[in-house]
Amino acid sequence: MSRVLEVENLKISFPGGDHTRVYPVDGVSFQLERGQTLALVGESGCGKSLTSLALLQLVPPPGRIETGSVIRLGDTDVLALQGEALRRIRGRRIGMIFQDPMTSLNPVFTVEDQIVEGILAHFKMARAKARERALQLLQEVGIPDPEQRLKAYPHQLSGGMRQRVMIAIALAAEPEILVADEPTTALDVTVQAQILEVLDRLRTSRGMAVLLITHDLGIVAGRADRVAVMYAGQIIEETSTGRLFANPSHPYTQGLFASVPRITGPLKRLNPIRGSVPAPAAWPSGCRFRPRCPKAFDKSELEPPLLPVEPDHLMRCWLAEQQGAGTRQEPGTKS
Amino acid sequence: MSSIPPGSRFPVPGSAQNQRDSLLSVRDLIKHYQSGGLFGRAAPPVRAVDGVSFEVAPGETLALVGESGCGKSSVGRTILRLQEPTSGQALFEGVDVFSLDRAALRALRRRMQIIFQDPYSSLNPRMTVGSAIAEGIEIHHLAPRQEIPARVSALLEEVGLDPAYARRYPHEFSGGQRQRIGIARALAVQPAFIVCDEPVSALDVSVQAQVLNLLSDLQQHRGLSYLFIAHDLAVVRQIAHRIAVMYLGRIVEEGATGQLLSNPRHPYTVALLSAVPEPDPGARRSRIVLGGDLPSPSNPPPGCPFHTRCFHPLKNERCRTEVPLLRPIQGTVAACHYAESTPQPEQAGAA
Amino acid sequence: MIPLLAVLRSAWRKPRGRAGAVLLLVVILAALVGPWFLPDPLAQPDILQGSLPPGPGHPFGTDQLNRDVLARVVAGARVSLSVAFLAVMLSATLGAAVGLLAGYWGGTVDSALMRLVDGALAIPRLFILLLVLAAWERVPLAALIFLIGATGWFATSRLVRAEVLRLREEGYVHAAEALGARRVHVILRHLLPNAAGPLLVAATLAIGDVILLEAGLSFLGLGVQPPAPSWGGMVLDSKEVLVSAPWVSIFPGLAIVITVLSANLFGEALRDAVDPRSA
Repeated sequence: MSRVLEVENLKISFPGGDHTRVYPVDGVSFQLERGQTLALVGESGCGKSLTSLALLQLVPPPGRIETGSVIRLGDTDVLALQGEALRRIRGRRIGMIFQDPMTSLNPVFTVEDQIVEGILAHFKMARAKARERALQLLQEVGIPDPEQRLKAYPHQLSGGMRQRVMIAIALAAEPEILVADEPTTALDVTVQAQILEVLDRLRTSRGMAVLLITHDLGIVAGRADRVAVMYAGQIIEETSTGRLFANPSHPYTQGLFASVPRITGPLKRLNPIRGSVPAPAAWPSGCRFRPRCPKAFDKSELEPPLLPVEPDHLMRCWLAEQQGAGTRQEPGTKS
Repeated sequence: MSSIPPGSRFPVPGSAQNQRDSLLSVRDLIKHYQSGGLFGRAAPPVRAVDGVSFEVAPGETLALVGESGCGKSSVGRTILRLQEPTSGQALFEGVDVFSLDRAALRALRRRMQIIFQDPYSSLNPRMTVGSAIAEGIEIHHLAPRQEIPARVSALLEEVGLDPAYARRYPHEFSGGQRQRIGIARALAVQPAFIVCDEPVSALDVSVQAQVLNLLSDLQQHRGLSYLFIAHDLAVVRQIAHRIAVMYLGRIVEEGATGQLLSNPRHPYTVALLSAVPEPDPGARRSRIVLGGDLPSPSNPPPGCPFHTRCFHPLKNERCRTEVPLLRPIQGTVAACHYAESTPQPEQAGAA
Repeated sequence: MIPLLAVLRSAWRKPRGRAGAVLLLVVILAALVGPWFLPDPLAQPDILQGSLPPGPGHPFGTDQLNRDVLARVVAGARVSLSVAFLAVMLSATLGAAVGLLAGYWGGTVDSALMRLVDGALAIPRLFILLLVLAAWERVPLAALIFLIGATGWFATSRLVRAEVLRLREEGYVHAAEALGARRVHVILRHLLPNAAGPLLVAATLAIGDVILLEAGLSFLGLGVQPPAPSWGGMVLDSKEVLVSAPWVSIFPGLAIVITVLSANLFGEALRDAVDPRSA
């Protein structure tokens, strides 16, 4: 396995009024290997989408990436890039698909125009050749009758078809990494299943790394190799998917699991986390989950680092000291 | 397999409901949207709801489940006459809803309420939370003016909010809190029946669970009936006594929650069930990934509406020509010619 | 969040909004209190000595009848501004009423009203006004205001209708209907307050239009009748001395330009405040 992406101590700030700044993403670190799917899981406002936008320096103003943050794409320092060099990374090395395929496609151009444009932006080739390539891509993402669909306008396609077109456009530049930000949230469950199948297949066939941004633990279960759970701008638990589901350790992760209604197993009353996610300006000192945590104790007033629970399983909670055996390894983050 | 959801908190209502003990009885409801203007050629109508019948008993939750465009929301809105039906009948507490004049309809709306999906658009940004909740009380003169603040406070407490919130504006609240305010507004007129139109699908999981629990508690305390419109079977399982699955404007299967989920008879129900992402990698069931897209509701396929995407091994010419009717099969009611031999989720992997 | 206050505050924060508001306030203030300090605009100190250039005693000079131009410009502001404000209030009210009715009732009411508006918009406003006003020998001021107002609401009604069509699908409007609210209640409590922002923008921008329109009509002799001073009328009166005494026409002309400009600046700032995307 080779490392394709490394994010270290990523901090994103926004003006918070009265010349202060708030940090919706506050010291996030993770790595992505070739052919691997990493899921960033969290509820709205946890900073997962901003994190993904930062990978391409797409944080919307007035937000900014703080100095000290590091994003390494292979040997490239992404945050040092600008202008043409940055443009060559966008799409070409990191592709993105978004939640809403309706607004991400230009309504006045055909599918063919948009895919071919994507191809020609990154590769020098004849238009006819690019069109052939576009056709292949549509087949690859499982669009039936691709000749016909090339001539279609976005509004003539269903939501699922549009999302496939978006994936095809992202694939056109043959990126090493595909960032999928809630790719199926706007779709029906049966269509969601189709899209996830496509993403899975592409990852194996192309050896692409996938960063899957989602709020849905159910999607993670079937698809991701590793999971990082985010809360209030920080990763609060990170491990392999198997370990996370076998042994969810952070009280927030446990709360999420207890909140998800299940289709199988005994029917019991849901046991949700109390309260709701506070706004970045209102994040408490110490452990940020403390006010909602059923297990908070006196040490929670200090801010916990990521601590090992078991091998290859970290969480940002002091309880790990009681459960976790062995030495305390300091991971990439120093917050 | 037990026909009662294990661990159900609710009294399971009898399966045989006749018109007399049902609170709401809908018969052959049809809602077509006619497009095309004054001068243009009339396009074929969108058959949003195409002959739907069901009953809701007092204190019961019936869930209408289906994917976008199946007509489930149109059913809810038509019953409340927020939209006018094309044809059909809806008896609520013995009153024919569709024949009421405006004055009688206004009076009826005291008894039937609705909770909306989008907690951001469902509250007027120009009105305080208190005046939004008080609105229904004022419209129906349910309390003398000086008692209204106390009523509002009690309602806010009932939905788990601080009574002091009455003076604030909606933009100060999170999605979950707004949804609670929307529930308080609906409860203010003391309804017997509430249409819950995707009430939790815009909410984060932890908040979604809070609101689901709240709706259950309110049902128990107030004896409410719900028509719970949703796309998520796992959510529906938490709250519904019975489930009706809709596809292209029709109910294709209906049954008690436990029965329908454990022994689905319609292939579409099977597919929906298997597509639910379950947060448990160990129990990854065989998935049925349906091919193709939902056909257009303005041009539904002949015969069984599902036959274009169906994976049933017995699918044949009959499915393409003859519309299957709802008929009782092994505990549920399903509209499939070959419902007896529908592959179950465990064995459908090869499809 | 008080809607209109918030919109006004946000418009005030923009430089051109503030410039427009300040200029407009200066003009209004001058119109309100100016006449107390200035000579009677009808007084003719020495009729034989007409058209004095600007100088001490007459900062804007005097016209050919030796009336003080500054005093007349200020008096004209009273007339022009009150015509503009009253006419715009009338057209905003009519436009809001028709737009709300058409948008919310829908169906035949909507079709009928909108076809009416389509028809009215197809006839140039000036043409209607000229036709009707020419029938009068001396146009009464009230009739002028009424006619300008009554011909100015067509576009506003479309704007309000479009806004109502959008608002009608908001959850809180459905909720109010589901609560059993009467249609009038829904309109007054939910639709009008939420459509007020765009309406305010349209009305502010219309003030500039109406001032220009009234000036044009007065210049043609069909607007405000002499001796009542109006800016357009003053420019008309000055046409014989346009070259020999340019100050007689320049100052009322400047007044028109400044007032229209400030109303438009403020109106645009308001529009940005209501809909940031149009910026």
